[in-house]
Amino acid sequence: MTPLVIGCGNPDRGDDAAGILAARRLSEFGLPAIEHSGDGLALIAVWEGAADVIVVDAVITGAPPGTVGVWDARTAPPNLDAFRGSTHHFGVAEAIGLAGALGRLPPRLIIVGIEAAAFDLGAPVSAAVRCGIDEAVRRIVALAGQR
Amino acid sequence: MSVRASDAPKGAVTIRVDCLARVEGEGGLQVKLRGDRVQELKLRIFEPPRLFEGFLRGRHFTEVPDITARICGICPIAYQMSSIHALERALGVEIDPMTRLLRRIFYCGEWIESHALHVYMLHAPDFLGCQDVIEMAAAHKQAVNDALRLKKIGNDLVTLIGGREIHPVSAAVGGFYKVPARRQLEGMREALLWALEASLNTVRLVAGFHFPDFEQDYEFVSLSHPDEYPFNEGRLVSNRGIDIDVMEYEDCFAERHVRHSTSLHSAVRARGSFLVGPLARFNLNYEKLTPLARQAAADAGLAPPCRNQFKSIVVRAVELVFACEEALRLIDAYEPPVTPMAPVEVRAATGQAVTEAPRGSLYHRYRIDDDGIVVDARIIAPTSQNLRRIEDDLWSFIPKIASKSVDEMTWQCEQAIRNYDPCISCSCHFLKLHLERAPE
Repeated sequence: MTPLVIGCGNPDRGDDAAGILAARRLSEFGLPAIEHSGDGLALIAVWEGAADVIVVDAVITGAPPGTVGVWDARTAPPNLDAFRGSTHHFGVAEAIGLAGALGRLPPRLIIVGIEAAAFDLGAPVSAAVRCGIDEAVRRIVALAGQR
Repeated sequence: MSVRASDAPKGAVTIRVDCLARVEGEGGLQVKLRGDRVQELKLRIFEPPRLFEGFLRGRHFTEVPDITARICGICPIAYQMSSIHALERALGVEIDPMTRLLRRIFYCGEWIESHALHVYMLHAPDFLGCQDVIEMAAAHKQAVNDALRLKKIGNDLVTLIGGREIHPVSAAVGGFYKVPARRQLEGMREALLWALEASLNTVRLVAGFHFPDFEQDYEFVSLSHPDEYPFNEGRLVSNRGIDIDVMEYEDCFAERHVRHSTSLHSAVRARGSFLVGPLARFNLNYEKLTPLARQAAADAGLAPPCRNQFKSIVVRAVELVFACEEALRLIDAYEPPVTPMAPVEVRAATGQAVTEAPRGSLYHRYRIDDDGIVVDARIIAPTSQNLRRIEDDLWSFIPKIASKSVDEMTWQCEQAIRNYDPCISCSCHFLKLHLERAPE
């Protein structure tokens, strides 16, 4: 079964575009990928009914920019602070927390995080994060191939 | 939020909340207390100014609605529509009656999504003793699921009319670039009927909360329309005699800079702070609510004038009922506009408008030249108008809770600030609390 990929972020805010750009690339490969603002409350509705979901987003964990991390959200929920790159108060981490409390997590939910460096308005994605997007796309294609 | 006691002098207590959660934007509260007397109180707003008024200058007036829609992710329609109304007024544009109707449905969508967000996700946890909605969801699963569905219905309505749920793109000076077909809006009927029931349940739920006994002698300010509960048209009125055309706004209200805030503070000239938002709208326009909304208010024990801002959560729920009913009524009356884009003749002109964002009245003024280029712009956000009033509330409220523990005081101060559903990002535009108790 092909997973539903949801790329989150803001295309006009520096490295926050990472998830969006990864989703666009995956669409070009013919994988079902949705671009999403990252609004957590809306995100729960987006993955409703999907059995297999991969969310890709920019993260801040302290790793070098461009580093790609993969978590199983059902067994190892990501640190809330890692997704606080934007001012959206209800982001990806809150969506996972709230969906978990409500019993509305997809049966399978993988988070692919691309370590970001800067979120300046109107700025392009940094070079390190561009490499990270390439790596994230490779990892997601591989994950999809395992299904 | 983090709270820590400082190494203050013996008998003195300091509370700092480094980030006030569940408000949109960045700011902090600093309070010095001696006994039950507040000695100093500053609602510090340190989110950097966004300078929208500055970079609107030099842009063509047709670009303005797409720029102002970017000011806020929660209430973009109010920003977009205040700018459109102000520019249409400047240029004497007569819009199609169905365009006006469609714009009111657009507002209903924004009120539904914004009020559902604030009532359930941001404010209800304060009353239920939960840190956040995730904790609240464990004990109130059904309510939170309903809230998510309610918010989505508001977003869907906005998407249908505006082209997308955040920063919509369809609205323009003169009308809409694209209007929905009647059957598309009719497609929302079933969802809105469910939303109406969910809104009535919301009123029942929040009416059962415990409200601190805190009434203030507010000056309430809102739009007022002869026949309609206000969204986007009418005179600006108050319970203390203000009754003006919105073009007189700046004669009646003044903005001033205070050192501790990057957002300006508003006041009624020669008088002082005032309150905009649901409580003001309810008190000044109660009779324009639908009978069902009035009944829901009465069943909740709410009658005008309500002077307890903690009950604004109940008023928001009543406004949810109204917004659902109004959307249903308007959808039944909707036919696509004959002229979705009214002709616009460019000339040098100035225009003002106030519309009712979910969190209160929003003022815009634009001056354009003969080529339609913006020469000057002024935007006064509802949170900016309320900031001084929030400080005034805290000056009065904190002495009443001064005997409580530091943690309880901190909790209730944040709750009091959230009464205003502040959108600090828009007003300048996050919150940190610093409470210092000096020795008596």
